[in-house]
Amino acid sequence: MTFQGWLLIAAFVGILLALTKPIGLWLFALYEGRRTPLHTLLGPVERGFYRLSGIDPQEDQSWRRYAVHMLIFNAALGLLTYVLLRTQALLPLNPSGYAGLNENLSFNTAVSFTTNTNWQSYAGESTMSNLSQMLALTIHNFLSAATGIALAFALFRGFARREASGIGNFWADMTRVTLYLLLPLCMALTVFYIASGVPQTLAGAVDVHTLEGVKQALALGPVASQEAIKMLGTNGGGFFNANSAHPFENPNALTNLVQMLSIFAIGMGLTYTFGKAVGNTRQGWAILAAMMAIFLVGITVTYWQEANGTPMLHTLGAAGGNMEGKEVRFGIAASSLFAVVTTAASCGAVNAMHDSFTALGGLVPLFNMQLGEVVVGGVGAGIYGFLLFAILAVFVAGLMVGRTPEYVGKKIESREVKLSVLAIAVLPLVILGMTAIASVLPAGLAGPLNKGPHGFSEILYAFTSAVANNGSAFAGISANTPFYNGMLGVAMWIGRFFIIIPMLAVAGSLAAKKHTPESAGSFPTTGLLWTGLLVGIIVIVGGLTFLPGLALGPIADHLAMIRGQLF
Amino acid sequence: MNFPMNKDITSSLRPALVMTLLFTLLLGIAYPLAMTGIGQLLFPRQANGSLVMEGGKAIGSTVIGQAFVSDRYFQTRPSAAGKGYDGMNSSGSNYGPTSQALQTRIKQQVDAMRKSEPAKAIPGDLVTASGSGLDPDLSPEAAFYQVDRIAALRHLDPIALHGLVEQSIDHPILGFLGEDHVNVFELNRRLDALQAKR
Repeated sequence: MTFQGWLLIAAFVGILLALTKPIGLWLFALYEGRRTPLHTLLGPVERGFYRLSGIDPQEDQSWRRYAVHMLIFNAALGLLTYVLLRTQALLPLNPSGYAGLNENLSFNTAVSFTTNTNWQSYAGESTMSNLSQMLALTIHNFLSAATGIALAFALFRGFARREASGIGNFWADMTRVTLYLLLPLCMALTVFYIASGVPQTLAGAVDVHTLEGVKQALALGPVASQEAIKMLGTNGGGFFNANSAHPFENPNALTNLVQMLSIFAIGMGLTYTFGKAVGNTRQGWAILAAMMAIFLVGITVTYWQEANGTPMLHTLGAAGGNMEGKEVRFGIAASSLFAVVTTAASCGAVNAMHDSFTALGGLVPLFNMQLGEVVVGGVGAGIYGFLLFAILAVFVAGLMVGRTPEYVGKKIESREVKLSVLAIAVLPLVILGMTAIASVLPAGLAGPLNKGPHGFSEILYAFTSAVANNGSAFAGISANTPFYNGMLGVAMWIGRFFIIIPMLAVAGSLAAKKHTPESAGSFPTTGLLWTGLLVGIIVIVGGLTFLPGLALGPIADHLAMIRGQLF
Repeated sequence: MNFPMNKDITSSLRPALVMTLLFTLLLGIAYPLAMTGIGQLLFPRQANGSLVMEGGKAIGSTVIGQAFVSDRYFQTRPSAAGKGYDGMNSSGSNYGPTSQALQTRIKQQVDAMRKSEPAKAIPGDLVTASGSGLDPDLSPEAAFYQVDRIAALRHLDPIALHGLVEQSIDHPILGFLGEDHVNVFELNRRLDALQAKR
């Protein structure tokens, strides 16, 4: 570990803390439906969209209607993507003449992008036409992110409103976030990426004749416009197979920093928005403090392990840290930081191959996802996932002091606790269940590239990534098979919507309650004690269930690694 | 069937279909096309892959690594992209820390290096595959490691060649962003130019 490396980590956290309030305030304006300076330009677009689709943005939707409209919209988007991918060969902007995708890969990819997962069973540059990249994939990067933020707004309203029957309007939330936040930011980021060396063209691959006289074909395309939203919307689906490790996606250390900041920026801003929504910004900062505590432990472990290198490399006489799967322009520190950030949030973009990390260096990304990606988390999904844990934490605190638990002015009763537990239980149930199935069936066992415990880690990582809607991989696994495409597709769908629906039910139930003013007996949900309790609940409830799985995978791998045992 | 959610579903159909269409036009067509126009207008070199042209032909990209296997050039890192530096098949090796296949691959390379230059410490990045398989760079140590070999083969002054590498080092942006690194394509072009001058 170097001083320079820690300086990068400190600068990363410092810049984000400085951005949290301004971004949070901007999001709060959208949450409240207030006018922003951008309305002059984009207001007509917004109103035009509502008029053409017959939407009344003032309609206050019940949680059920909010959920149904969100689901039907997502289903329509997913279906469109499926059709576009199947018929790719017949459509324009296909300079390399790629064939249509088969049923199971199209299904997997459509679900993957609809659910903000961006798991990729395919290699982008040799599978997707430019049209598919733009139409089938980029739109999801925007809209799955906007859906996530809209859902977070809905839950915020549950806490903020008193004796209300509605939790807002899905169409208005989603449209405003897209038009007034994601689109303008992405346009600025795209220009920055192009200037830095990220291609943006409709042309196909070009041939270069190298200095050694060999022909090298270089895949090109509309990369920058997709890169911008891929990071900002915590989607993570790369234009190229190597994702942000590819020099065309992420050409230098500055683009790398901007990409990492993009992953966390909106998620951190939403903690402030939550504080504003419930009338006490300290509530938001307390959440952010708990997130940062878990994050800093994670980055410390991964950076330390990667900088240490592996006994195998040292025995062979290769000096320095573990550079297998890492790019020289980023080095150990920026690769470790990227890995922890992308899995703490539900981004899943990678600038180094997680599969080639040291055993414990790779355990942190896996564990981050298993916690439910509530450490900042995906845009919207992180904060609503976190608030479910907060409900659980006040419930536990309530049991200890023997009072009805309250959180930000709302009594937390049996219905909310049950629904929260239901949502939280989806993760271990599906991840461990499906990993178990894949670990015994021949079709599942055919997947891993690596042998021994690391092979099991590849399977566990795949299902964890799918259910947590992350999309990164221990990419050695051969997942483009009917078995994995099918299983992972189902896992992604459950991991997204089986959490959202109970969450929206909590929002509806909270909105209907009256405000309970804070009293001397209330458990304070700001301050160090609360932050500590939150961290404890997240690690114990979210993490402990996975310990046996981790012991069979990365921990066994670590023990073998330090003994010099190879498979 | 008549349950309360029927009305929620029917009321969602028109917005869902029309919004899908409108957002597809806005985000899937207008946005990428506008960005392509802006990129091609303002930064045509970068937008088309940062290609370096010579005699009307592209000879490489300053952003993307290309394979250098000849002993007369600074060699690039091992690559898992296709058969090596395949610009249509970016990939890492994905071998884990306990992989026998990884050990075998590295050992083969290390043994060959030790055979010709037994005394030298081996820089880690020179024997590990990058994440993309298209890494354009080497660490300064990995470039310096190759100076003696190239100087001998090309009959160049090793000190002058060492100086050439030193001049080619890109330092971290703002002093802390990224690592010291050397772009191998550009270094090798300078190497050819240096020899042509003599």
